[in-house]
Amino acid sequence: MSHTLHTRLLGIVLLAAVAGGFATIATPVEAQQPPTNPSPSATPLTAPASTPATGAAPVPAAPPWAQARPDEAVSANLAPVVPPPIATAPDKLPLSKLKLPKNFHIEVFASGMPQARSLRVGDKGTVFVSTRLLDRIYAVASSNGRPEVKTILTGLHWPNGIAVHNGTLYIAELNKISKIDNVESHLDDAKATVIYSDLPNYEPHGWKFLVVGPDNRLYFNVGAPCNICMPPATNAQIRSINLDGSDAQIVAHGIRQVVGMDFHPASKVLYFTENQRDWLSEDQPQDKLNRVLNPGKDNFGFPYCDGGDIEDPIYGWGHSCSEFTKPIAQLGPHTAPLGMRFYTGQMFPASYRNAIFIARHGSWNKSHKIGGDVVVAHLKPDGTVKSIEPFITGFIEDNNYVGRPVDMEWLKDGSMLLSDDYNGAVYRITYGPQQQVSRGQ
Amino acid sequence: MLHSLAVDAALSQKLAPCLACHGAEGQSQTENVPSLGAQQPQYTVIQLFLFREKMNIADPMNDMAKGLSDDDLQAIAAALAVLPAPQPPADPGDSARLDGARALAEQNHCNVCHRPDFSGQNNIPRVADQREEYLLKTLRDYKTGARHGYDATMAEVLQPLSDVQLVELSYYLAHHR
Repeated sequence: MSHTLHTRLLGIVLLAAVAGGFATIATPVEAQQPPTNPSPSATPLTAPASTPATGAAPVPAAPPWAQARPDEAVSANLAPVVPPPIATAPDKLPLSKLKLPKNFHIEVFASGMPQARSLRVGDKGTVFVSTRLLDRIYAVASSNGRPEVKTILTGLHWPNGIAVHNGTLYIAELNKISKIDNVESHLDDAKATVIYSDLPNYEPHGWKFLVVGPDNRLYFNVGAPCNICMPPATNAQIRSINLDGSDAQIVAHGIRQVVGMDFHPASKVLYFTENQRDWLSEDQPQDKLNRVLNPGKDNFGFPYCDGGDIEDPIYGWGHSCSEFTKPIAQLGPHTAPLGMRFYTGQMFPASYRNAIFIARHGSWNKSHKIGGDVVVAHLKPDGTVKSIEPFITGFIEDNNYVGRPVDMEWLKDGSMLLSDDYNGAVYRITYGPQQQVSRGQ
Repeated sequence: MLHSLAVDAALSQKLAPCLACHGAEGQSQTENVPSLGAQQPQYTVIQLFLFREKMNIADPMNDMAKGLSDDDLQAIAAALAVLPAPQPPADPGDSARLDGARALAEQNHCNVCHRPDFSGQNNIPRVADQREEYLLKTLRDYKTGARHGYDATMAEVLQPLSDVQLVELSYYLAHHR
């Protein structure tokens, strides 16, 4: 399996040197909160097949999402993989199956956190861990030198997005964003205050990623409420708001779903991973790595253009992918790139400085699973991608997941934290040649 | 059936109140109470977890699941999985109506995730020969958002379906042979 993975990684296609080729669609979109539209799936329904008739009842025309699913999918036995609600016991975690480059080491940082998703580190060293489909936020605080897990909030609605800024924890749920000031002093009595709730209620792709930008604004996605559909004006975009929830603006358009964003440490340009549609084919479309050079204007093509290079078979008629902002890299079909972070620490070798680590959660809509790894994208001076290499592999074994990497964050010493929502654990990755030498003796 | 299970006394005690309503032989005789025989254990664990954590408010299940440990959830799910699958009703149903509903189910690819025999897989439940009124209530609740799924899949796939279509799907699944 690892050989296959490696081969596929080498097959990652890079779209380099596309800077300057950006285009925007003609429709002007106001950089403010649009009105709520009716459901995107307000496709006229044909007569239900309920009326008994002579012979076979009429078959209704398939709705858009179902048109996308081929009949042959029945035999392929494909279904979304959900993370279990119960965490894996520490001694059953798949550490021994994971492979890293020479002199990198992986250990368990904390476990027993079902669905551990987004990671953020507070000023005092508390590690905050979100969940996607559960209702809670965990905090890992040091207790006598050992990490101790606490559940600091429950009763939230899919609180995937978290960010820490000047001592405040911001939380993005399905339909609201809230904050806890001075959070590291309130781990035992945390209370969230809502700052923004002008968000649609759709559950599909309703979970959010949250990051504070260099302009001290909160950036988050409002995903497409479907696999493939014409989204309402409220959706398929990245928005930003002030830290108090005011002044909402649309940062980028035509985005299916984002679960990872970060700002380039030097250029301050926003980069993000984007997951593309299902049921087009086994090997298309490619998931994407994008960057926003024209805030408020860039349109990344959903639902007209898939993967940056395929006009969608349903919505692409009359459009060309050349109308839209191209990705700076394609990250493999159905691989589900989620968390992405620029490396700014000192522990890893200098070649990793300002490179992007990307966690590929792994495919479900593909007979032979791919992804299930962490890759590292090295950039050229102009911010485009020079190369993409495997960093951590081994989360897929015999076409099944033994773990699924989600998000990364950096500890002060420059080591990496990596979450695994399948096992409910967070790992720590360190670099140190001496350790390797002494082990080998 | 339970006598053939390698369950200890403690588990039997925990299962007794479940089976009192859901049916000792895997088939519920009670309105709006689902049959649990041969249910996918991953699905059962998730549902019990959602009840225990009050992420799905459904009287009396929140009280029933209160105090169960993670190990209890897994043991109960494993025990229910080996009960017999619910049986189709004696009345085979209206064949023209079933044909139309089968086409509707296939058109909407219910048979992909739930499998062609609707026995389910992993976290995706068995729905074959489930109680009809329970199926319909569940589909309606997923569609309106009254019941939150563990993930968004059912909310997504039911968006384009009309209420009449939900009635037909429930009829079809409850009469599955």
